[in-house]
Amino acid sequence: MTLASQATPSGRTAAAPAFLRNIVVDPWLFGIFAVTTLSVLVFAALPIFTVLKQAVVTEHGFDIAVLISTLSQSFVWESLANTLLLGATSALIATAAGFLLAFSATRTTMPGKIFVHGVALLPIISPPFVMALAVVILFGRSGLITRELLGIRNANVYGFHSLVLIQSLAFTPIAYLNIRGMLQSIDSALEDASASLGASRWTTFSRVTLPLVTPAILSSTLLVFVKSVEDFGNPMLIGGNFNTLAVEAYSQMVGYFNLQAGALLASLMLVPSMTAFLIHRYWVSKRSYVTVTGKPSAQTIRISGAVVVPLTIACYAIVLAILLFYLTVIYVSFTRLPGVDNTLTTAHYVTVFTAGFHTLSNSLLLAGIATPVTAIAGMLIAYLLIRKAFPGSFLLRWGTLLSFAAPGTILGIGYVSTFNAPPLLLTGTAFIVIAAMVVKNLQVGIEAGSNQLRQIDKSIEEASTILGASNTRTFFQITLPLLKPALFTSLSYAFTRSLTTLSAVIFLVSANWTLITVTILSQVETLKLGVAAAYCSILVFVVLAILALMQLVLNSTSKR
Amino acid sequence: MSKVIFSNITKRYPGVAGATAVDRLNLTIEEGTLVTLLGPSGCGKTTTLRMLAGFETPTDGTITIGGRDVTNVPVNARNVGMVFQSYALFPHMTVRENVEYGVRLLPLAKGEMKDRVDSILETMALAQYADRAPARLSGGQQQRVALARAVVTQPKVLLFDEPLSNLDAQLRERMRDELRAIQLRLGITSLYVTHDQSEAMAISDRVVVMRGGVIEQDDTPLNVYSRPGTGFVAEFMGKANILRGTVETVDETTVRVRISTTVAFTLARGPRAFRPGEAVRCVVRPEHIRVDPDGAMEAKVRRVVFQGAHVEYLTEIEGQECVFLDSDYYRTGVAEVGQTLRLSIDSRPVWILPETETASMGKAA
Ligand SMILES: Nc1ncnc2c1ncn2[C@@H]1O[C@H](COP(=O)(O)OP(=O)(O)OP(=O)(O)O)[C@@H](O)[C@H]1O
Ligand SMILES: [Mg+2]
Repeated sequence: MTLASQATPSGRTAAAPAFLRNIVVDPWLFGIFAVTTLSVLVFAALPIFTVLKQAVVTEHGFDIAVLISTLSQSFVWESLANTLLLGATSALIATAAGFLLAFSATRTTMPGKIFVHGVALLPIISPPFVMALAVVILFGRSGLITRELLGIRNANVYGFHSLVLIQSLAFTPIAYLNIRGMLQSIDSALEDASASLGASRWTTFSRVTLPLVTPAILSSTLLVFVKSVEDFGNPMLIGGNFNTLAVEAYSQMVGYFNLQAGALLASLMLVPSMTAFLIHRYWVSKRSYVTVTGKPSAQTIRISGAVVVPLTIACYAIVLAILLFYLTVIYVSFTRLPGVDNTLTTAHYVTVFTAGFHTLSNSLLLAGIATPVTAIAGMLIAYLLIRKAFPGSFLLRWGTLLSFAAPGTILGIGYVSTFNAPPLLLTGTAFIVIAAMVVKNLQVGIEAGSNQLRQIDKSIEEASTILGASNTRTFFQITLPLLKPALFTSLSYAFTRSLTTLSAVIFLVSANWTLITVTILSQVETLKLGVAAAYCSILVFVVLAILALMQLVLNSTSKR
Repeated sequence: MSKVIFSNITKRYPGVAGATAVDRLNLTIEEGTLVTLLGPSGCGKTTTLRMLAGFETPTDGTITIGGRDVTNVPVNARNVGMVFQSYALFPHMTVRENVEYGVRLLPLAKGEMKDRVDSILETMALAQYADRAPARLSGGQQQRVALARAVVTQPKVLLFDEPLSNLDAQLRERMRDELRAIQLRLGITSLYVTHDQSEAMAISDRVVVMRGGVIEQDDTPLNVYSRPGTGFVAEFMGKANILRGTVETVDETTVRVRISTTVAFTLARGPRAFRPGEAVRCVVRPEHIRVDPDGAMEAKVRRVVFQGAHVEYLTEIEGQECVFLDSDYYRTGVAEVGQTLRLSIDSRPVWILPETETASMGKAA
């Protein structure tokens, strides 16, 4: 009794200053934290909540009748069903293909692994709709294969079947990398142990290998599903009558100026995306049996002989299809009028660098600004979340997670509706485009930064502060340099994604600030395939060049 | 100038209900001395040290350095140096850059800055490694860089958290002596954390033995070993036999304690008061017991462990266990289990503790 009554007051009186001390000790860092959190709330959470609100509240206030009448329209449910069907199909096929590639690359004597790996990564660094463009060129009405080779006149390339093909190929690399990472981190001693106990190859595979990579398989399925739901470019170009939520939301917004329907459709997208994302984050990733050590463990390749032949054929079929699509795009970019006049020309490139130069330089400029901002903000947020427990950290954590999990469409619509009036009148500016790029790509840097921070001995930062440096100085002089690998991961990701993104920014571009991806889309729609192909080729080339450059810088600075 | 005083320091970590890492601790580190915090794992040593550094905020109490209350002063404004267990060298900087880091933050002229860095690198025998990355140094060299980096800013207080635990046994002793020599030379007030009692005794002016967040004893190395305040301190500071006995007689200068029918000590009384008939405990170090055919004490051998330099015997004296070392075994032979040995105890270093311990025990010594 007396003990308790003595302990409580002293505990309480001292707790308040200690709680505030975190802030007082480093007002600068707390200021940075406050500004970052506020920005994340304004640019990530607020737009999404605006859309959710718009979905149910019109300018006449909440009207259940309006909501019901919107919901009773068949296009709403049709596009939802389409989205789920497409997402599930693509997820299953891409994961199966990714597994096939990953298993063959890590466990068999398949020849040409580097080639397979290189080609399999192409779709990751290019806009997803490069595939759509290729499909139109190859299988469209005047397609190189359908008409030229097979002589089919009215081939219908538009619809579900093409979308599945494109998305599966475009998202296979995600599954491939994911599963490959897991397969590499499984110590093959486990499989050897099974084999040494007399298990057949099939038993070892089905009883040991497969269960161990199941988390990666599940996680890939969910990731591809989210990607497919979010995809706007491919369904827009190739969907035909098969409308997904992203496309339907866009046409309601831009085509019919129906804000409420657009917002409602975008909000509906949030349901499958968030569900898959949360399952992934809180269930699948906790069920991984493999502790990732950062170093690939000892791998022995022991599957050889006859089994490898069908595996190799299947893998090569996939990568050759990808390669065929990319080569087609490059070929067409040098062709006068594909399918009609196949003479070679550089005219399309001339167009891009003259009439299209504005777009090209805009894209590079905006992505060039967004990239370092995204990467540094990502590292900073990782630092604030992992190392400094400021009151209100959860707002920052959830704000960035939300913006990552939410499809680009809802973010784009949210930006248009949130930032269209003072004090936040930003529509039509470069700022709004950059903000969208940053917010959408922040999470990857935060994740990479957090993982790396957890591996950096905390006392290195403590050593800096005890030598007299402020937390802010410590972050920039000690933490950030040590986070270099994560920083480069984030830079590469942010640059690639900022340059190839479409679903959010399509709502935000203006006459002054337009982007290459939006231009490609309109070129394809107006069937200027040659120019579109030239843009795509340049895009892929620029991304590859910048990534190579970054790798070079990273390598040369980490030598000492 | 830079005397450190902990007054009534309490630390409870948030979220760990009820657990008190440090409990109403009072400790003074005199100017220029090295004080060691010693104790078993989890007793609050690191917590105490980190509160002085400023990494942790006390739940209650105040800390002063050189008369200035620093309880709420941020880490980077305390002018305290620290050598970390992991050294915590900045891996992306060279040795020189590491040492320079803190100096650059001081209001010094360029020339003086360079002089200071050069001279400390010279002192620590690091000049030839100045341009190397820390990863390319040996453990001992890294340790020296960490020390150089900590002292080059001329901090008021120097902190060490188990700085030698990453080194192998031999290097450990050498570095221990080096650390102490430099501390003495710079005359810098220091707080040193370790759980190795021989390291603590070798390096410190005072040893503070902690247990469960409180100080058991704060004394010179000699005293914590030979005049332990509590049974815990006696046993923590090396092997000790704690034999129960009864006070037989007390006079002006001596006290006589009987352990068993065959064993009794007559000791100098010291400042404590004893009543005849009082139950007490006697702390007897193994090295003060020897095999002696003429000895008065009879002991039954329970276990024999041959250790090269000596034989360790676990014996029983009328129900009480007693361990001792025999380094004369080559002359007398090694006894066997079950045999009865005659022993004699040098009674001068025997230390008497009361039967039960009270909170004020540590201070009585
Ligand atoms: N950050 C923390 N949060 C919660 N409890 C803590 C924290 N740090 C230490 N403790 C607890 O406080 C007590 C004292 O820990 P401290 O690290 O000071 O012990 P120590 O004496 O340095 O031990 P060791 O010899 O193992 O380093 C322990 O019970 C420990 O579990
Ligand atoms: Mg400790």
